Amino acid sequence: MPLPSRFGRRARRMNNRVIKVDYLARVEGEGQLLVKIKNDAVTDVKFSIIEPPRFFEAFLRGRHFTEAPDITARICGICPVAYQMSSCHAMESICGVKVDGALRELRRLLYCGEWIESHALHVFMLHAPDFLGYEDSIQMAKDHPDLVKNALKLKKIGNEIMILLGGREIHPINPKVGGFYKVPTKKQLQGLVEPLKWALDFAIESVKIMAGLEFPELERDYEFVSLRHPDEYPLCEGYIVSNKGIDIELSKFFDYFEEQHVPHSTSLHAVVKDRDDYLTGPMARYANNYDKLTPKAKKAAEDAGLPKVVLNPFKSIIVRAVEMVFACEEALRVVDEYKMPDKAYVEVKSKAGVGFGCSEAPRGICFHRYEIDDGGIIKDARILAPTSQNQKAIEKDLRQFVENHLDLSHEKMTWQCEQAIRNYDPCISCSCHFLNLQIERE
Amino acid sequence: MSPIKKPKLAVWKFASCDGCQLSLLDCEDELLAIADAVHIANFPEASRAVVKGPYDISLVEGSITTPHDAERIHKIRRSSKFLITIGACATSGGIQALRNFKDVNDFISIVYANPEYIETLNKSTPIADHVFVDFELRGCPINKYQLVEVLNAYLNGRKPNIPQYSVCVECKRKGNVCVMVATGAPCLGPVTQAGCGAICPTYQRGCFGCFGPKETPNTSSLADWYKNLKLSEDDIMRYFRSFNAFAEPFRKESEAHE
Repeated sequence: MPLPSRFGRRARRMNNRVIKVDYLARVEGEGQLLVKIKNDAVTDVKFSIIEPPRFFEAFLRGRHFTEAPDITARICGICPVAYQMSSCHAMESICGVKVDGALRELRRLLYCGEWIESHALHVFMLHAPDFLGYEDSIQMAKDHPDLVKNALKLKKIGNEIMILLGGREIHPINPKVGGFYKVPTKKQLQGLVEPLKWALDFAIESVKIMAGLEFPELERDYEFVSLRHPDEYPLCEGYIVSNKGIDIELSKFFDYFEEQHVPHSTSLHAVVKDRDDYLTGPMARYANNYDKLTPKAKKAAEDAGLPKVVLNPFKSIIVRAVEMVFACEEALRVVDEYKMPDKAYVEVKSKAGVGFGCSEAPRGICFHRYEIDDGGIIKDARILAPTSQNQKAIEKDLRQFVENHLDLSHEKMTWQCEQAIRNYDPCISCSCHFLNLQIERE
Repeated sequence: MSPIKKPKLAVWKFASCDGCQLSLLDCEDELLAIADAVHIANFPEASRAVVKGPYDISLVEGSITTPHDAERIHKIRRSSKFLITIGACATSGGIQALRNFKDVNDFISIVYANPEYIETLNKSTPIADHVFVDFELRGCPINKYQLVEVLNAYLNGRKPNIPQYSVCVECKRKGNVCVMVATGAPCLGPVTQAGCGAICPTYQRGCFGCFGPKETPNTSSLADWYKNLKLSEDDIMRYFRSFNAFAEPFRKESEAHE
């Protein structure tokens, strides 16, 4: 029943409320949101990660360096390849080994599989329902059966790449420091061609569909942090750049970035030293590497009218769709050019030292630093998950969004705040070393 | 159509990587059929809609690591007809149970600058240490087809058909050449429960025990074989001490090599 108009005016004049979500849905892991509004001003925004801490960096100490890809994969069931690739590259850099040629290409292909699977999951199953007004993709499937069925088919194709190259879709067993345990034959890879051609077409159509959604208003002057590579759209390796002047080797990471431990989160907040929050993930990669997109991905973005830099975080869903086009196109290229190597891996002998690895997880840069001894035993490990890096940017988005939309009803405000968090495809299990939404209006 | 009569399914998360519940969303071919057969009443990873309990089936992922979670699991047990744990974390404490062999306060100070903000228990423990569990589904991660089988079994009032023999049986069925015999790669297959389809030996590496100990495993005999392969005591200890480190047979064997 609508409130009497007098009451409504009063409520608008003195906007004091608390928006609170105790267990944020459609994200990976446990998070909470709390927004406090007093006299039309946002007094507090907390995006809390309540995921229990698991102490990966602590128990990696004393393990053998070859175990790092298997152990760190368990940080996240959604993007295990990100952890495997970052840790492999870090160990290889310590031991002075470079993995090149067909093995490097297979790593890219495996990563494309993870991007397709993870982006399809997020775009269609977790994020699209917000825009179309459904609680979940299964409800959405009742009105849009073809969309959901095609989404699942696309996701499955990503997983098929993971299964072929990784052994299984979650926590692949085949990647190792130095390469793989076993490499596929050309014929095995060719089995992916027809499914990938379909996936490419559907990904292109998805960009159109996502570009046609309605987007809440929000734009911020982000510092976009991503990898960059001279020859390609970044996946497994590169150097770190930002649109505000950062251009560094991985080893300089901690000269430019730091992690802060705040009481309301079991995940550390990362910031750019002497500046502030930054954003990592699809919007940052796209803004920093637009020139490296594959032709069909670029065309799909152009056709959808997507600018070269996207500043509305709600539009990240379109950027993710563009990246699905990229991942399908890139996967097809690798399959086409593949020649089976003689050996599945490069021999890696342990050497004492410190090394860094960074790769582009679907949700942003996944940074690793390790120190190992002569015997190959890990002495120290530091891992920065994408979501922990985005926590502060998420809180700032929420603050600005709430300030600009104080007239929204409580229900709508709560939902759109959740949606603003889902813009980041937050992976909370990862970030904890890391989510739950509360909006308080007093 | 009468949605009330559909059995209600809930999915709960404790300390974990989310991979096992993701297995449900990874059932691309079966997901819509599952959603037809059961009412997905509480599954925050997939939906913001929450239907109140009691639930017919609760799937529990993750291990107990905080005082709050040790309370929460009892509430979930009270509101569930069948409680099924999914994955190594929920059935043996998971990789985070590596803390159980050390002092957790050292661990906290390694990761966090302000340890006083962190509330955690000394040990990461499986769900069955806290409440009665109707069925434990193994794996790091679980096998999604085994998950569909377990759901089917409970929906139809029968026992799940989940074998407890070793990975070796799966290797023989697949016609794999034994990696330990042929290449000297240490393999946990002889003492590890089947379920993954012997993926690692199929990819020419030794099994590393994702599905935990099989029934009556002879771990000490396998450890002797590892010595023949010139593994050091430390290597053997680490081999048994990974994703199912706190499952008793693996725990005891790793402690014998400390």
